[in-house]
Amino acid sequence: MRKQPYEPPAQSVFGQIVDAFIMLALVLVTLYVPLLLKLAGGGTTTSTFDNPTWETLGQNATMATQWEKLGFDPTSAAAIIGVKFDYAFSWIGFAVTAAVILVYFVGMLRWSDKEYREVIAERFDDDRPSA
Amino acid sequence: MVDLAHPATPAAAAAAAPSATPSRVALKRVLGPAHVWGLGVGIVLVGEFMGWNFAVGKGGAIAALTACWLAGILYTCVAMIDSEVTSTVAAAGGQYAQAKHIIGPLAAFNVGLYLVMAYTMLEVSNAIVTGDLIEAFAHNMGLVGDLDKRAFMVLTIVFLAWLNYRGVLATLTVNYVITAIAFAAILTLFAYVRPWAPGEVTKHSDLLTGLPYGGLGILAAMHFGLWFYLGIEGTTQAAEEVRSPARSLPLGTLTGIMTLLIAATLTWYIGTGLMPWEYLGQAITPLYDAGRLTGSAPLEVFLFVGTLFATLASANGCINDASRAWFAMGRDRYMPVWFGGVHPKYRTPFRSIVFFVPIAILFAVSTPLDQTITFSILSGLLGYTIMAIAVIIFRRKWPLGSINRGYVHPLHPLPAILLLTLCAVTYFAVFLGYGTQLLAMMSFYILASAWFVVHRYKYCRRGEQFTMAWPKPRGY
Repeated sequence: MRKQPYEPPAQSVFGQIVDAFIMLALVLVTLYVPLLLKLAGGGTTTSTFDNPTWETLGQNATMATQWEKLGFDPTSAAAIIGVKFDYAFSWIGFAVTAAVILVYFVGMLRWSDKEYREVIAERFDDDRPSA
Repeated sequence: MVDLAHPATPAAAAAAAPSATPSRVALKRVLGPAHVWGLGVGIVLVGEFMGWNFAVGKGGAIAALTACWLAGILYTCVAMIDSEVTSTVAAAGGQYAQAKHIIGPLAAFNVGLYLVMAYTMLEVSNAIVTGDLIEAFAHNMGLVGDLDKRAFMVLTIVFLAWLNYRGVLATLTVNYVITAIAFAAILTLFAYVRPWAPGEVTKHSDLLTGLPYGGLGILAAMHFGLWFYLGIEGTTQAAEEVRSPARSLPLGTLTGIMTLLIAATLTWYIGTGLMPWEYLGQAITPLYDAGRLTGSAPLEVFLFVGTLFATLASANGCINDASRAWFAMGRDRYMPVWFGGVHPKYRTPFRSIVFFVPIAILFAVSTPLDQTITFSILSGLLGYTIMAIAVIIFRRKWPLGSINRGYVHPLHPLPAILLLTLCAVTYFAVFLGYGTQLLAMMSFYILASAWFVVHRYKYCRRGEQFTMAWPKPRGY
């Protein structure tokens, strides 16, 4: 026998507006604010050069020519060349990140399965053969 | 591209079909492999004009090429798996509907959010590039005075949202023409740099510098390597409109990936042969810059037009797709039903379109391009991870022979395992240099999931979420 269909409550217009703003706030707080506060983004190191030349910047003659065609001189190019990614990381940070991803997927799959069983119980008869 | 009165894609059909009824809108099966190929290449081509070059910044030019090919393998797995699932789960709504039928409501809610966030952040990225491109072009053409690029970013988002709101969308044909012009710009540039005469225009021998970050740079470059192909899986969304899904979907998608692999390699060849890797690794408009470096004014203008067309066509499609996904979630009550409203005159999901305009503008005017691209890539990556898990669950719940499949992908579960492995590598690649952004994105999805479980799901009907005429899944 099929499970009796669940009848969801009606949501008020105010409740819907609140829900919409919650999603908006979630995007802003979790994604935008960290960028605004420079907490997220590229982990880089910056080297500075005193009186840079193409040679001290590690650029050969061809590279220097192309930089100049793009409108750069050694001083303005130094601001770009001096920025490098910093790939040093702590293993604890790596483990925490990996754990967060793993827990997210495991938790989502387990909870989805719980909800899925309700869906199947409503959709199919108990005595109907499975695939 | 889509009017809800006459849905042209399964996503639109999902939007048009009330979730309360199990019947679905039947779409005309008119598309062949060539259409599937064109759809895929058209969606992704913008990735050749911008964004891919950040892979050069993360690992150097050689690492970027390696990442490009590794990402090609990842997307081949995606295409194989998605071809089977989409040609079998003929419920409208793409990956979102598939997750509902195979995994469960919370997973479907997350997949819907992945789609919305990936498309919205791609739209933001397109708007940023449009603003930067117009500013650079005006400057290079010697225009007196300063332009505020943020004005063009806002204008791009508002204008395209308005087009979507009115339903006066670029048709697939117009998008094909725009894409063809953009593709012609790449081919023209490639011919102009005379690849048959190395050293004449391109200077690879002097500009290629090996691996500035060593082997770790190859892994790190995988992060932006995905950008070469991100969105190609959208081809399988046309499953209901394809004449022979079993043949057309894998054929069209895999030839699309091969085309993109060639286009990506050409793009890489041009970019790395004309620009020092440090510049290329942070350029906003690398192909336009390459056009400038050839010294040909007509070619520079052609690359300007090509980049502009590619970004506008992509942004237009993104607004269309993100709003349809959000709208479908509203209709299913995963989001407030208010978002499921259709405009009485224009027959468009106007509330879903308008809702994302302020978010897109905020990110466009104040966020660096590499970070909006990273948000888009991460949402896509989470979707690919779920895809690999879903196909394993799918084969367990409905083994081969228990239901009719449009296409059966070979060597199961190897593609799923390979896809999961490459996804894990890419998470690590994002962690290198963008670890806090990865955690920020995970926080968003975890909090959104908690909100769905604790609060939102009580408004959803249960049994009506399963609409396929299949036997009961094994084990339930």
